[in-house]
Amino acid sequence: MKIVIVDYKAGNVQSVLFALERLGAQATVTSNAEEIQSADKVIFPGVGEASSAMRALKVNNLDLLLPTLTQPFLGVCLGMQLLCQHSEEGDTEMLGIIPVPVKKFEAAVKVPHMGWNNLHHLKSDLFTGIKEDEYAYFVHSFYAPVTEHTIAQSSYPEPFSAALQYKNFYAVQFHTEKSGPAGAHILQNFLNL
Amino acid sequence: MLTKRIIPCLDIKNGRTVKGVRFEDIRDAGDPVELAALYAKQGADELVFLDITATNEKRKTLVELVREVARYIDIPFTVGGGISAVEDVEVLLQNGADKVSVNSSAIHRPELITELASRFGSQCVTVAIDTKSTPEGWKVFSKAGTVDTGLWALEWAKEVVERGAGEILLTSMSNDGTKNGFALDITGEISNNVIVPVIASGGAGNEQHFLDVFEAGADAALAASIFHFQEVPLPGLKKFLAENKIDIRC
Repeated sequence: MKIVIVDYKAGNVQSVLFALERLGAQATVTSNAEEIQSADKVIFPGVGEASSAMRALKVNNLDLLLPTLTQPFLGVCLGMQLLCQHSEEGDTEMLGIIPVPVKKFEAAVKVPHMGWNNLHHLKSDLFTGIKEDEYAYFVHSFYAPVTEHTIAQSSYPEPFSAALQYKNFYAVQFHTEKSGPAGAHILQNFLNL
Repeated sequence: MLTKRIIPCLDIKNGRTVKGVRFEDIRDAGDPVELAALYAKQGADELVFLDITATNEKRKTLVELVREVARYIDIPFTVGGGISAVEDVEVLLQNGADKVSVNSSAIHRPELITELASRFGSQCVTVAIDTKSTPEGWKVFSKAGTVDTGLWALEWAKEVVERGAGEILLTSMSNDGTKNGFALDITGEISNNVIVPVIASGGAGNEQHFLDVFEAGADAALAASIFHFQEVPLPGLKKFLAENKIDIRC
C-alpha cells in the first residue's frame, strides 16, 4: 500500500510519520502531483495559521490538485479545516471540498481548546472499535460546527465537529498521532479503508 | 468535556534525565524515552522535557532526544530550556516536538513570542513564567529565581498572551520544592485573567494539592519529583481527582 503525506511545509509531518511507523506502515512525504495521485491513501496534516497554509498550498498548485483526488484522504487538525469552505481565521477561502464553515470559538472559553476531550456520536468506519466518549487530543482555536457531514462530535462546551466526512475525504480535528492507543486505532482504521 | 491535564516534567542533561528516579519497573531510569513511555502508559496527559544542558553540543543531543521521544511516545510533549531563536524552535518542531516553552529569552526580547507565534502558530508557543511572592506582590524572576526582573506576574502574563503565547507555564518559586501545595492565589488570578490555558507548577506534594489548584482555576498541573519517586503515583492521582468531580481522563 502506498501512503503519501502531503508536503506543504505547514504540517507536523514527523509526528505523523512516526505514528505510521508504530503501525508498521511507511509513507512518502511529497508535494509531487503524480506521487499524490497514484497513492492508495493520502494524509494531510497541518498546524499553524489558515491563510498562510492556504498560500503554501498554492505554491505547488496543491489547492487545485487535492479536490480532484478520489482515494481515501485524511485531513488532520488544520488539515481538516483546510478542506472546509471558509474560515474566520484570517477571513480565508479554504479548499471548499467539504461544505462546512470554520468558526472561532466564543470568547467565553479558553482558546486554544487544548487537551483531551471526549469523542461522541461516532458514525463512520473511521471509528470502528472506538467506544463512545473515548478521549482524543485537541489543539485548535477555530472549529467546524456540527452538520450532516459530521461523523464525530466533541463539546467545548457546545458541540462541534471532531471529525467530518464528505465522499472519500475524511477529516479529524484532533491529533490522531498524539491521542495514545485510541488515536493509533483510528489511524489504522483509515489505513484499512 | 475538556479534561484537566496532569503533566510530569523531566529534567534533561546531555540527553539523560537528571533527578534520581526510583522506578522498579524500568531498566534505565536515566533514559528519558523509557521514563516517558511509562508515564504515558500510566495516564500522563502530556510531558514536558526541560533541557538544562550547558554545553556546545546541546542542540544536537536535544534534537536527537526529541526525535526519539516523538518516535516512541504517542502523547503530546513540550520542550523547554535555552530556546532563544526561531531557528531553535524550527528544528525541535521538525523533529516531532509539539510545543516549545520559552522563558528568559522572552523576558530579554518579548518580540520573540510574536515571531514564534506568527511562524509556527500560538498553539505551540508556551511561555514559562517563574514567579515569587514578594512584600509588594507576585513578581517575575529569572535565572532560576535569583534575578528580580521588575515585572509583575499578572501583567507579564497578560502581555505574553497579547504577543501570541498559546499557553502559560506558571511556576511559583516560593512554592517549588516545598511540597506544601501550589500557589493557589496567583495561579487562579492569572488563569482567570487570560484567555489561554495555564499550567500550574511548583509545590505539589500530595493528591489534594492537585485538586486545590484545579479548583483554583488551573487548566493543567505539572510536577516532577513526586512522580519520579512515586510519592504520588499517576493512576491513583487521576482516580482521586475523578472521584472529586474534576474532569479528568482516566
